[in-house]
Amino acid sequence: MSTPVLELSGISKRFGAVQALSDVDLTIAAGEVVALLGDNGAGKSTLVKVIAGAHPADGGTIRWEGREVTVSRPADAQRLGIATIYQDLALCDNLDIVGNLFLGVEKTRLGALDEVEMERTAAELLDSLSVKIPSLRVPVASLSGGQRQIIAIARSLLGEPKVVMLDEPTAALGVAQTAQVLDLIERLRDRGLGVVLISHNMADVRAVADRAAVLRLGRNAGDFPVQDTPYEEIVAAITGAADNPVARRQQRAATARTGAE
Amino acid sequence: MAAQQAPAAGEEQRPAPARPDPRLIVTRTTPAGLAQAGLRRLRGGELGPVPVIVALILICAVFQTMHERFLSPQNLSNLTVQVAAVGLMTTGVIMVLLLGEIDLSIGSVAGASAAITAVLAVRYGLPEWAAIAAAVGAGLAIGLVHGTIFAKVGVPAFVVTLAGLLGWQGLQLQLLGDDGTINISDSGAIAALTQTYFVPWMGWLIGGGAVLLYAVLTFTGERRRAAAGLATARPPAEVALRTLLLAVPVFGGVAVLNQFKGVPLAFLIFVGFVVAFDLMLRKTRYGRMVFAVGGGAEAARRAGINVDLIRISVFGLASMLAAIGGVVLVSRSFSASLDTAAGEELMMAIAAAVIGGTSLFGGRGNAYSALLGGLVLGAITSGLYLLQMGTPVRYMITAVVLLIAVVLDAFSRRSRRTHARG
Repeated sequence: MSTPVLELSGISKRFGAVQALSDVDLTIAAGEVVALLGDNGAGKSTLVKVIAGAHPADGGTIRWEGREVTVSRPADAQRLGIATIYQDLALCDNLDIVGNLFLGVEKTRLGALDEVEMERTAAELLDSLSVKIPSLRVPVASLSGGQRQIIAIARSLLGEPKVVMLDEPTAALGVAQTAQVLDLIERLRDRGLGVVLISHNMADVRAVADRAAVLRLGRNAGDFPVQDTPYEEIVAAITGAADNPVARRQQRAATARTGAE
Repeated sequence: MAAQQAPAAGEEQRPAPARPDPRLIVTRTTPAGLAQAGLRRLRGGELGPVPVIVALILICAVFQTMHERFLSPQNLSNLTVQVAAVGLMTTGVIMVLLLGEIDLSIGSVAGASAAITAVLAVRYGLPEWAAIAAAVGAGLAIGLVHGTIFAKVGVPAFVVTLAGLLGWQGLQLQLLGDDGTINISDSGAIAALTQTYFVPWMGWLIGGGAVLLYAVLTFTGERRRAAAGLATARPPAEVALRTLLLAVPVFGGVAVLNQFKGVPLAFLIFVGFVVAFDLMLRKTRYGRMVFAVGGGAEAARRAGINVDLIRISVFGLASMLAAIGGVVLVSRSFSASLDTAAGEELMMAIAAAVIGGTSLFGGRGNAYSALLGGLVLGAITSGLYLLQMGTPVRYMITAVVLLIAVVLDAFSRRSRRTHARG
């Protein structure tokens, strides 16, 4: 594989008496979907915030396309080409889709908003993502949860990022809407973007992720190629040891099966 | 896995950007289609200016049947001058309402501005234009202070401007001192604001120019839209209809006003500010940011918008417009007194904004609310005055109209929700 787009090594972050991250490594290559897994409090969100510049790391190095960089503010991350889509979607309900897509980066013509150019670009962008929304001039309040998520993701693409981080994009979505978002994630990968996907939903992870990076109690707990790794092994890494209710149950089931045969 | 396919394959399968989407109902090309689309929007709770225009026509009809001079050119001309001052204040209130906030100080700021104008022009002998500029500048500064305390310190706007309501009225009383009233020259620049009327041909020129400008800009805009292949482009028939709907009141208004003294400058100033603020709100990045902050401050902040700056500037603009309203009040009564803008002006300005269709819930509304709402309240005042009914009746009627407007706002909000239109 060529040089990874983003490479974190030895990242540590401490909040007061809590060591949220210690010595965490993570690499993301172009055209790769990396699922960031871990139980609640494992440090996933902290790691995302470190990458996004919301919480600068205390120690460790971040390499961007092989070059060492410092990310101390959200603007730094954006300038590098890292887009973050947080769980609570940041859309303005009273603005239409075009207005939301271009919020803060509006195009102007002779000092006035260039609605035509913005709508054209928006239609092109959504077309290229194979997103079908009947009219781009309806307020986003009228969109479904999946459509809103897709608009939020599409908006981040206007900045031409190289890495997109999604924080639980399919939480609270229905079956069809989840499929839409997963389709979109695959299209991001096809465009050659690196995607970091935080999810608790193993089905989603198995559907789209190439690799699963597992965090446990603020440390790396394994990095698995998703297609070749059994579900149980990833769960075991998330939950910690073999000595846990999940593993015990599976063991029981396995013995029961062999006993039955 | 589906995603394993080469990106190029995806590119080829994708059809050329051929819109419109089949699910989008397009029924706009024929007159019947236009009417149908309009009806659908009304049912969906997008009432727009329809209720307030209906109310205005209704009020005019009622008063005309009760008093034959209500729709006379003289009365209508006076009405347009009367609504200008509070109308300017309303325009400022609308900006603040769009943020989802409230400004209770605009009446006091208008009063303080009136006092500053009169004191500088009369007691200190400054040129009248300089006195006006100083008052407007003071208004802007006052608003920036309110906005800064609200945005940076985090005191609720309600409380900040409540303090302003008291404080700036205090300044007004302090400046005017013991005599309480300062009379201004009836031939200076201040008086000219409300005493100037345009000769008929100038009225026609202004009205015609405005309509022509609207038609040309809308037509070329929609042409560009259609050329870009956008489904939302309006057909020429709709542009023509919209131009007609604008031309009828404009030319009708000019014709009526010309029968008395001509188009009054004060009304033109008011309408000019309304149009300018409407364009600013709808066509500029700044306006888009105001709507964004009103619709979701957190989303706006994440999009890189300087929310504090927007809030401070909006309060600054609102107080500046209130100060201009104060100057117009001085102009109309040739004096600044202890009760200039100290009474109902604040309540009427907020009521006019809501009656005109600007939502109290933030993020929804437009500058034209000031014009329409102001005309409704002005018509009620003027009609009751002709019928020789006093303030008590007027307050009660205004209250009912205001209540109807708020109920309508709440209903249309609910209707928009159920029709999935935000």
